[in-house]
Amino acid sequence: MARKSHVQTTINGEAVEFLCEPRQSLLEVLRDELHLTGAKEGCNNGNCGACSVILDGRLVNSCLVLGVETDGKSVETIEGLAEPDKLHPIQDAFLENAALQCGICTPGFIMSAKALLDQNPNPTEHEVRYWLAGNLCRCTGYDKIVRAVLDAAAAT
Amino acid sequence: MSEKKEYKVIGTRPIRHDGVDKVTGRAIYGADFQITGLLHGRVLRSPHAHARIVSIDTSRAEAHPGVKGVVTAQDLPTAEDKMADLGEGAVNLKYLCDNILASDKVLYKGHAIAAVAATDPHIAEEACELIDVEYEVLPPVLEVRAAMEADAPILHENLRTSSLGETGDKPSNVASHLQHKKGDIEKGFDEADIVIEREFVTGTVHQGYIEPHNATALYNPDGQLTVWCSTQGAFTVREQLAEILQYPISKIKVVPLEIGGGFGGKINVYIKPVAALLAKKTGKPVKVLMNRADVFEGTGPTPASYITVKMGATKDGKITAAQTSMVFEAGAYPGSPVGAGAMCIFAPYNTENVLIDGYDVVVNKPKTAPYRAPGATNAAFGSETVIDELAEELNIDPLEMRLMNGAKEGDHRADGPVFPRIGFIETVEAAKTHPHYTAPNGKKHHGRGVASGFWFNIGLESSVTINVNPDGTVNLVEGSTDIGGTRASIAMQAAEVLGIPAESVNPTVVDTNSIGYTAVTGGSRTTYATGYAAYEAAQDVVKQMIGRAAKLWDVNEANVQFADGEFSSINGKEEQISFRDLSARLGETGGPVVGRATMNPAGAGGAFATHVVDVAVDEETGKVEILRYTATQDAGKAIHPSYVEGQIQGGVVQGIGWALNEEYIYNAEGEMTNASFLDYRMPTCLDLPMIDAVIVEVPNPGHPYGVRGVGEVPIVPPPAAIANAIYDAIGIRMTELPMSPDRLLKAMGKI
Repeated sequence: MARKSHVQTTINGEAVEFLCEPRQSLLEVLRDELHLTGAKEGCNNGNCGACSVILDGRLVNSCLVLGVETDGKSVETIEGLAEPDKLHPIQDAFLENAALQCGICTPGFIMSAKALLDQNPNPTEHEVRYWLAGNLCRCTGYDKIVRAVLDAAAAT
Repeated sequence: MSEKKEYKVIGTRPIRHDGVDKVTGRAIYGADFQITGLLHGRVLRSPHAHARIVSIDTSRAEAHPGVKGVVTAQDLPTAEDKMADLGEGAVNLKYLCDNILASDKVLYKGHAIAAVAATDPHIAEEACELIDVEYEVLPPVLEVRAAMEADAPILHENLRTSSLGETGDKPSNVASHLQHKKGDIEKGFDEADIVIEREFVTGTVHQGYIEPHNATALYNPDGQLTVWCSTQGAFTVREQLAEILQYPISKIKVVPLEIGGGFGGKINVYIKPVAALLAKKTGKPVKVLMNRADVFEGTGPTPASYITVKMGATKDGKITAAQTSMVFEAGAYPGSPVGAGAMCIFAPYNTENVLIDGYDVVVNKPKTAPYRAPGATNAAFGSETVIDELAEELNIDPLEMRLMNGAKEGDHRADGPVFPRIGFIETVEAAKTHPHYTAPNGKKHHGRGVASGFWFNIGLESSVTINVNPDGTVNLVEGSTDIGGTRASIAMQAAEVLGIPAESVNPTVVDTNSIGYTAVTGGSRTTYATGYAAYEAAQDVVKQMIGRAAKLWDVNEANVQFADGEFSSINGKEEQISFRDLSARLGETGGPVVGRATMNPAGAGGAFATHVVDVAVDEETGKVEILRYTATQDAGKAIHPSYVEGQIQGGVVQGIGWALNEEYIYNAEGEMTNASFLDYRMPTCLDLPMIDAVIVEVPNPGHPYGVRGVGEVPIVPPPAAIANAIYDAIGIRMTELPMSPDRLLKAMGKI
């Protein structure tokens, strides 16, 4: 077993320290070391987007980032989005639009949508579809997800 | 049930009860489960598609630091060659066990052989590489027609063809042959002015749920086995574990956690018994997760098929005869959904003369599993394409052709059942008058196609209890795992009966120790059957509460009525009390009220759909683009219309993927070469337009609110509808799925 590294990072605005092996992905660290299981493993090779998080303002698949790479960086995950008594407008829009069925892809879609709206607050339908093409959903056919993101954009 | 009923809750669109947990990442899915002392399991899988296992040596793996236990088929109780009933039909127990851990032969690449439990998942993976397996590699057979040849490699030496009640006398890959007959097929073709016969081939496709299979098992020293997992049916997991492990069902508790999609693929067990074996061996809880390649290579896809369809019609459009031979690959062990396909193929049409033959054929691929209307999509690709061709030859509008021949109440299917009130005609009419169908469609290389589909739906067992809270809310306890919003659709049916808002019902999905038997979330049955049980359990609550009101007012129960959430005395005293206020007085009137109901309803009713699609074909690349899609479907009564639309839209898009991109690609050695989401190309949102879901409501007489299951039928029409649209665009009939760019370029003579 490889020696573990000490990593100091910021997760959802809080300073977080953890130990991890060099081979552990950020997704593994979030789920297994920090018990932040909102990011999901669907493929573990960057093709489904279920593990999407925002790293220093940039949308990434956390399965393709090593835990040690987050040293000194800032990570936003689905767990940090809602306020104690108020959901984020994207979360509200997903509920209002029934934009989830099984829900396994939902945290990843919401994080992708947040990264989109952070840089483009008024996307067209095509821009939403282009941006979300890295997230797979097998239940909804995407119709209600795209509408939810457009609604969230209109609401903010 | 023809009159329009006014409902307060049904037909509205409340926020789903589990919604906040799912948009905040707090919902606990199978892989999220944590428990103290957890070990991690990993399964070793066969690199060969067909081989005899000569020896397995696990000693090097066992000696690897961090490894706590290794299991092989030797750790399974010796499986008898007998049939076991698991509630979803009988299966051969030896086949079932061999698919969990191979005992003598491996029958597909990815077939599980052994498993390791270790202190972390990486160590378990390393240890798998230290298991030494010696194989005698055998030639694989990967396609049904090749598997039916006299000199084909034989998968099972003991398998004999069961054909129409007779059993064959020599080994064969053909497990069974079924037949349905109606009328006189020769007479039907004699009456036809035109007869069209075509051959169709469809590829092996996967359900493609985003969440891989998972299981965590714990054996307590008192012999209690607990399994936490995501599954479509906790009770079927319990049954399968009891049979595979030969363990008392009363000592097994299955806890269903949130499930990340299933579509039929999370009914059969794979790693759950393995986790149990590892837990028993190590004395620790063990979590086993699949990765994506494991899911593709080690779990049931839905079958490839070879289908011939021959249909005849008179010149004025009446279909006089319909015949098919459907050959489905079962995968490594018998049991393809050819039977279901045979029930569905010509079901939308009232044709006098029908002959259906179905064959179940084993090949060196993973054992197939159900996938959304299993068998019906393969079947409809053939039949709905031939009907389109008949309509074209006869110069009849293809929807008009369907109206002329469409099945109605009282007509009977070739396999026997007589239709109750059904809504096929209504779906065709809704499509025909939709602005999509009446819009112009004339651009070069643009085309429009239509197709219909049928799925029979099922009932089966469900149990619900309802506990009344003192604040007028109720807690609803159910055993149907919620894949797509069924907590809401079940709770809403109870709310309607009780005259309270949907939000005042708190639905919870519980484990197998905490609710009566409930069959799988599958067969489009959950909103129908568990919803029906919720309706009956709520009626039980009302009945008991009427007794409490009568007691309170000292009147006869017969003199208390309940309407719109209010109990009132209808004789003598002018008393009235709301459901909420009476809920606060249960203690003083006799104690808590718990309503209960168990059901096995027979009237699931059938589901029909008719789809219209516009495509553009790129002549340079062979790529087909979906420009517009409209799906009409009879939902009976849509309890929560948003989630009905969602089922329709999701099913359509899975059908689009099946039609255009998705297939298992094999090399000559029988290795799947595209076992990742990069290379097994499912539709993304960039590939699609909005999907217009049109809900038609022809109430099902077999349900108090008229519900029909909606989940499955929307996947049935898309491949045929798209093939018909491609024909309209470029004049070429595509008869092989997927209709990928390379196949289109070949068909157009470009490569």
